[in-house]
Order: sequence, then structure tokens, then C-alpha cells
Amino acid sequence: MAVLIHPQADQIEIQEATKRLGLDRPIWEQYLIYMGNIFKGDFGNSFVYNEPSLKVILQRLPATFELVVCSFVIAIFVGIPLGLIAGFRPSEWISRIIMGGSILGFSLPSFWVGLMLIMLFAVQLGWLPSGGQGPTTEVFGIGLSLINVEGIKHLILPAINLGLVLLSTVIRLTYSGVREIILSDFIKFAYAKGLPNRRIVFIHVLKNVLVPVVTILGLEFGNLIAFSVVTESVFAWPGIGKVLIESIENLDRPVIVAYLLIVAVMFTVANMIVDILYSILDPRVTVTEMGN
Amino acid sequence: MMTEQTQNIPIRGEHPLKRILSDFFDNRIAVVALLIFLLITFFALFASWISPQNPFDLKQINILDNRLSPGSESMTGIVYWLGTDDQGRDMLSAIFYGLRISLFVGGASTGISLLIGIVFGLAAAFWGGRIDNLIMRIVDIQLSFPAILVAVILIAILGKGIDKVIIAIVLAKWAYFARTIRSVALVERQKEYIDAAICLALPRSRVIFRHLLPNSIAPLIVVGAIQMAHAIALEATLSFLGIGLAITEPSLGLLIANGFEYMLSGKYWISLFPGIALLITIFSINLVGDQLRDVLNPRLQR
Repeated sequence: MAVLIHPQADQIEIQEATKRLGLDRPIWEQYLIYMGNIFKGDFGNSFVYNEPSLKVILQRLPATFELVVCSFVIAIFVGIPLGLIAGFRPSEWISRIIMGGSILGFSLPSFWVGLMLIMLFAVQLGWLPSGGQGPTTEVFGIGLSLINVEGIKHLILPAINLGLVLLSTVIRLTYSGVREIILSDFIKFAYAKGLPNRRIVFIHVLKNVLVPVVTILGLEFGNLIAFSVVTESVFAWPGIGKVLIESIENLDRPVIVAYLLIVAVMFTVANMIVDILYSILDPRVTVTEMGN
Repeated sequence: MMTEQTQNIPIRGEHPLKRILSDFFDNRIAVVALLIFLLITFFALFASWISPQNPFDLKQINILDNRLSPGSESMTGIVYWLGTDDQGRDMLSAIFYGLRISLFVGGASTGISLLIGIVFGLAAAFWGGRIDNLIMRIVDIQLSFPAILVAVILIAILGKGIDKVIIAIVLAKWAYFARTIRSVALVERQKEYIDAAICLALPRSRVIFRHLLPNSIAPLIVVGAIQMAHAIALEATLSFLGIGLAITEPSLGLLIANGFEYMLSGKYWISLFPGIALLITIFSINLVGDQLRDVLNPRLQR
């Protein structure tokens, strides 16, 4: 209550505001009204922006999605090749650097990596901007950074920062997958048959390595959205994670609730898609009823 | 082959702890990590004696000494080896005091979540059936959300402060311990000595805590070490985001956040050195935990 009214308000103003906000009614009635509104898609107005809180979140969603998708792409297209290199030549120095680096990527705190990226590339070298989204290009009414050069420059550092943990996971998974598969009979047979190296690597090995990688990628999608809270705060990226932190600081409850519900829905959907993908990729897994 | 076999058989009367210790000291990196961790703990415990300045004592702080670069000398002749922050506080002292808070939060939250995890994990493994199902479904739900998200949500509900951060980390972490000890205890539960203990009509609490628990605890030590490193990182992240500890409790994360705005103007030391202290702490714990896993895992025994 004290947050919502200016400090000089007199008794009458306070009473009016209480009535307008419905705070004079019993708590269970307030709750019922609130739940009823949620089912109508109304999460209440944000105290700070004075807009529907769902709208506040949905407006920021594209920025977060863009970031998450870019991190995803980096993790896949950098992680799998690096994992393949390390897996096929485990004793060479480059493989050791890759595997050592992936351990670093796991255990370094994400916000610290972000700070170091800013320090190195933005402050010391001055190559890339240190934060913010930069100019966006409107595509179907959604502002995207990926379309223009300046926007991509702003996107690089946050995307690397967010994708680093996933990148390390992909490298390690690919590595152990290759180490395992390379010993199996069908690879030996492929070599014995005299197939070109390129074909063995990209068809025989890669296909089998992909199964666990794809599953982890799906499961990690939710993690990326969670970790975007950190990355967006470090790089002042205007996504839903940054709004969440600001809302917590401003005690903006409706926005927090809206964020939680949106993220919970995304998590559920992501987990469901993984389960479905699992049964498609791995024929041994079948969808059966609970309890079997 | 023969020599390896004979080495593996424990000599009668030799305490298993002795073997574990000697195995642990085989790995030089792990020993160094352990020493570093002990040194860090020492710094944290005795911060008030060894730091050149008490960052909480306003009498000792000179605001005119603010944002000095590393190695510069104050007007009273103290050398600031790691520079000073925007309040004129010596960074080295601030890091020692910050380590104390970070280690306390990490240790306390890991300890409490370990206890909760042990109770629920053992209960699930011992009684099985419906209790097992209920506890494990809660654990599953909890583990499907990343720890950082759970902690942020809880902070949003509970508010800031050191006690709330500990609660948030405990609630985000207990499920890992519960799952670990359950999986071990389930295997132990099937063995004859538990059946024997039950047949002897020993009280349930004695069977659980004197027979089942000591035999299931080894893997938990490893998970505990690694989760403690996680907890410290998590607290630092929350504090960095400005939703963790209050400004009066300057942990390493807060020190880093404090220096963030100055980093863009090239004053790197306010953020960099607390960050390095944080990294060394996390790494040393992780390395010790890794070595413990190798030592305690019977399958990897040389």
C-alpha cells in the first residue's frame, strides 16, 4: 500500500485509493477476483509502467527469444565441430585446450564471464558495444536486432555469454559420444570398407552423436531462458529477465506473477517437445501410460 | 595384475579414512587446491586480524583515497595493494571480509540443504512406496527448474537479506542431495545387514541413522563439495543482480556489482579482484570435490 500512494496523501485519499484498488474487501474475495481475472488473461496492471503486466512481459519476449536463439545457434554450430575435433584427436594440444576450456565454461559464474567479455571487448579493445540492444528493425511489428549490422554487434557479446554453458555441455557430449562410437564395430567396418573419411565423420559418427545432443539441447532451452536473467542484467539487454529483476527491486508484483506464469508455460512446452522428440529420435523409447 | 589385487585388499585393522587420505594426497593438483581452500578459509575466519583495514570502520577509511589504482599509497602511508573502491576502502580488506560472508552463506546453505536432503532422501529410500513417490515427484518438479530461477523466484517472494538468501539457496538445492542419497540408500536398503537389523527389532530410527546413513553418506560428501561451490556462485550471482544480500553485508558478489559501473571507465580493479577471489574459491572447492569423487568411488579404485 505504502508503495502505491504518494507519501503526502491524507486520510481521504488513502481511503479512496483503497476502494479503487479493491483492498477494502476481504482477502479471500480479493483472491477470487484476482484468479478470475487471470483466467481472463488479465494479470493486473504493472505498478511501474501502468500497463497490463502481461503486455509488459510480452513486449520484452522477442528480445529474450532472439538472444536465446542466437546462443542456441552458437552452441550448436561451434560446439559440435569442436567436440568432433577433440573426440577424433584426443591427444593433440588443441583438443586439450578445447576440453579444458569447456570445464572453464561450466564452472565460471555466468555474470563474471559477462563482465570479462565487456572488459576485454568493449573497454580494452573497443570492438563491440558494452550493453543495450541498439537499433532494431521492425519485422511484422517486432523489433529485431539480427537484421542490421549495429544490432548484430550488440547481440554478439550477450549471445556468447548466455551460450557458453550450453556450448561447453555440447562439446563434452559430442566428445564422449565420438570416443564411444569410434570404437564400435560399424565404424571399424566403415573404415574397412574404404569409405572416405569425410563420409564416416559426417554420416556415420555425427548421426549417432546427435541423439543425446538434441535431447540435452531441448532440456537446456529452459535453462537458457532462466540464465537470460543474469546475462540481460549484465548487458542491459531489454528482455524479460531484466524486467523481472527490475520488478523485484520495485516490488512490482503483477509483473513478477506474469513472468512466472509465462516462463512456467514455456518450460512445460519445452519439456513436452523433448519427450516427443525423444520417442522420434530413439525408437527404443515409446510413449506409454503413466505407471507402467 | 597380482600386485594391484593385493593392494586393493584392505589390511586388517587399517582405518578406511587412512586409505582415503593417502589416496587423496596422491593427486598433487587436489592437494594444492585443498591448501588454497584452507588458506581462503583462514583469510575469511581471521579477516579482522590480517586485513590492513576494517572496511566497516569509518574511522579507518579515508574518502579522499577513493578509486586509487592498485599499489598506490594512501595519505597515511598504507599501501593499497589492490586499489580502493568508490568509498576509499582498501580492496584487499574488503575481499577478506567479503570472503567471510560468501563462505558463510555457501557453507550454511549447503549444510542445511544437506540435512534436509538426508532426511527426505532416507525417508523415501527406507519406506518406499507412497512416501517415496511423493518425495521424488517433488524432487523431480524442483529439478526441472534451474536453481537460479528457483532462487530468483523465492527472493522475489521473501525479499532481500542474508537469511532469505540462505533460505532461497536451501530450497533450490535440497533436491540434489535428496536424490543422491536416495539412490545410494535404495541399494543399501536391499542388503542383508539392514534386514538383519530390522529382524533384531532395533528401533527404526537406529536402523536408519546408525546403519543406513553411514553406509550411504560417501557420495554425498562429493555432491556436497560441488554444491557448495555452486551455492557460493549462486549467492554471488544474486548479489550481483542486486536482489541478494543487503549493502551492509558486502559479499564478493556485491563487491563485483559495486565495481561494475566503474569498469566501463577503465577502473577495472574494483570488480576484477573480488571476481578473481571468487573464481579461486569456486575452483579450489571443485577440484577438491573432483578428487574426492575419484577417491571415494570404489569402481575407479586403482
